Amino acid sequence: MSALRRFARAYPTLLRIGLAEAVAYRAEFLVWMLATTMPLVMLAVMSAMTREGPVGRFDHKAFVAYYLVTLIVRQMTGAWVAFEMVREIKEGTLALRLLRPIHPLVTYSAESLAALPLRAIVSIPVAVVILLTAAGSEISRDWFNIVGFFVSLAGAWLLNFAVSSIVGTLGLFIESSMQVWELWFGCFMLLSGYLIPLELLPHWLSQVARYSPFAYLQALPVETLTGIRDRHQVLMGLAAQLGWVLTAWVTLIVLWKRGLKRFAAYGG
Amino acid sequence: MTAQIQVEKLVKEYRVHERGAGAWASLRSLFKRQYRAARAVDELSFSIAAGERVGFLGPNGAGKTTTLKVLSGLLHPTAGTVRVDGFDPRKRDFDFLRRITLVMGQKQQLLWDLPPVDTFAMNRAIYDIPRREFDETVAELTTLLDLGPLIKRPTRQLSLGERMKCELVAALLHRPKVLFLDEPTIGLDVSMQLTMRAFIRDYNERFGATVLLTSHYMDDVAALCPRVVVIDKGRLIYDGDLAALVRKVRPQKRVVVRLSDGKTETHDVPDGELQSCIAKLLQRGVVDLTVEDPPLEDVMRDLFLGNHAA
Repeated sequence: MSALRRFARAYPTLLRIGLAEAVAYRAEFLVWMLATTMPLVMLAVMSAMTREGPVGRFDHKAFVAYYLVTLIVRQMTGAWVAFEMVREIKEGTLALRLLRPIHPLVTYSAESLAALPLRAIVSIPVAVVILLTAAGSEISRDWFNIVGFFVSLAGAWLLNFAVSSIVGTLGLFIESSMQVWELWFGCFMLLSGYLIPLELLPHWLSQVARYSPFAYLQALPVETLTGIRDRHQVLMGLAAQLGWVLTAWVTLIVLWKRGLKRFAAYGG
Repeated sequence: MTAQIQVEKLVKEYRVHERGAGAWASLRSLFKRQYRAARAVDELSFSIAAGERVGFLGPNGAGKTTTLKVLSGLLHPTAGTVRVDGFDPRKRDFDFLRRITLVMGQKQQLLWDLPPVDTFAMNRAIYDIPRREFDETVAELTTLLDLGPLIKRPTRQLSLGERMKCELVAALLHRPKVLFLDEPTIGLDVSMQLTMRAFIRDYNERFGATVLLTSHYMDDVAALCPRVVVIDKGRLIYDGDLAALVRKVRPQKRVVVRLSDGKTETHDVPDGELQSCIAKLLQRGVVDLTVEDPPLEDVMRDLFLGNHAA
């Protein structure tokens, strides 16, 4: 049987087990979800600024739509596999995954995806709030943008997962790979549109952001659903996102293959 | 007999970072780190035929676990060749991983917050075990290990012994042909150790599986392994029959006598002098007398201290 067919047969069970684990850790999950409310804080700050008049193209309603969609995108595309991978490399328990006849990245991905239904518990009510309030008028009615939003959401997850896995894999080369994560996360906050819409950044910084992978983790899906991007810009954005996804996955696979030769499987 | 496990001149070195104590050493290592190659396995060669049960012995740090990890494909050899059931382990082929299992007494694959049945279901999917075969194997193994309803309780609520039994079930669901067992009875009480030994022997006999076992409990080795491979500092120092090793390192019998005055005496007697020794002891009002091989722990200690060339 081909590897792909085996993967397709095993994946539903891996997702089911992953969901059961996520439910078992529901308390940690709740804490994590409460920790990802930065967009709401930024919404309060930016809303206060709009009392004097719109900031760029953003009035109060536009900010509400922007930051609530940002919250949904973060909830549905975040991947924190680096923490688990680095811990398993240090403790040597990665060995247990390597002993199984399935690529460890497949099992990590299932665990990450399996948590999505729980994250939806936060995302769906937020989406309902947007639609039922005045901010609903800021959501694009163009089917192209709506389809583009869901495609970019999948792309953002693939990119997030690959980058998080790259940082985790760096644990096979260096002892403090989580410092790389800190650096990445700092840049993400500034350049992804997570804290401030990219077009409100200084022009040069906004241009840097649009050429970096960060813009395709948050700004692309958010700007697509809120109609900031027209069809052409959505298409170009999706093409650039695909390029970053492929780059990240090729890097991940090369690093993984090289890193595995260095795995020392300490402990026990 | 063709070898199922073939190890030839295996060398495994680790790159170890070294620095002295103190702030100066810390600062210096920031700019210039010093590494050295620590050789854990040193030109080790042996082979094991299909269906054999072999004890893999050595003091702490001898290279036993490193060798098992190379054999199971977790570590890449620095030099030398390794073949297991015709496969090169480091390639980690699906068919290779489907044929082996590595049970580590100090690490567990069971999902901590879920019942063992969930780990079993996950392994069924990963190893692509047909449903009927899976149900039969789970029923059979849980009956043999007397697990019953325990497999439906969260793993964290099970005792160490119960968890270890569930670990064995999870590791054997795909009916591997080669079992690498690294301290499988560590921390278990005597009764649980007996259960595990009986189970491992039974699995070996029923499925013709090859067993390579490391354990610091010499009773495990004595009960399970007619042959032992002994290594020290990564090098082979003995490969052969366990009884022959005992005779060679400690060519004495241990005679334990309980005398009528309540005292107990122990005498280590060379084989040739056993008869005369017992005759003398019997003249002293013996209540009980036993003759046994010296404890395996003593044999190993002598071997590692270099008291006897093996």
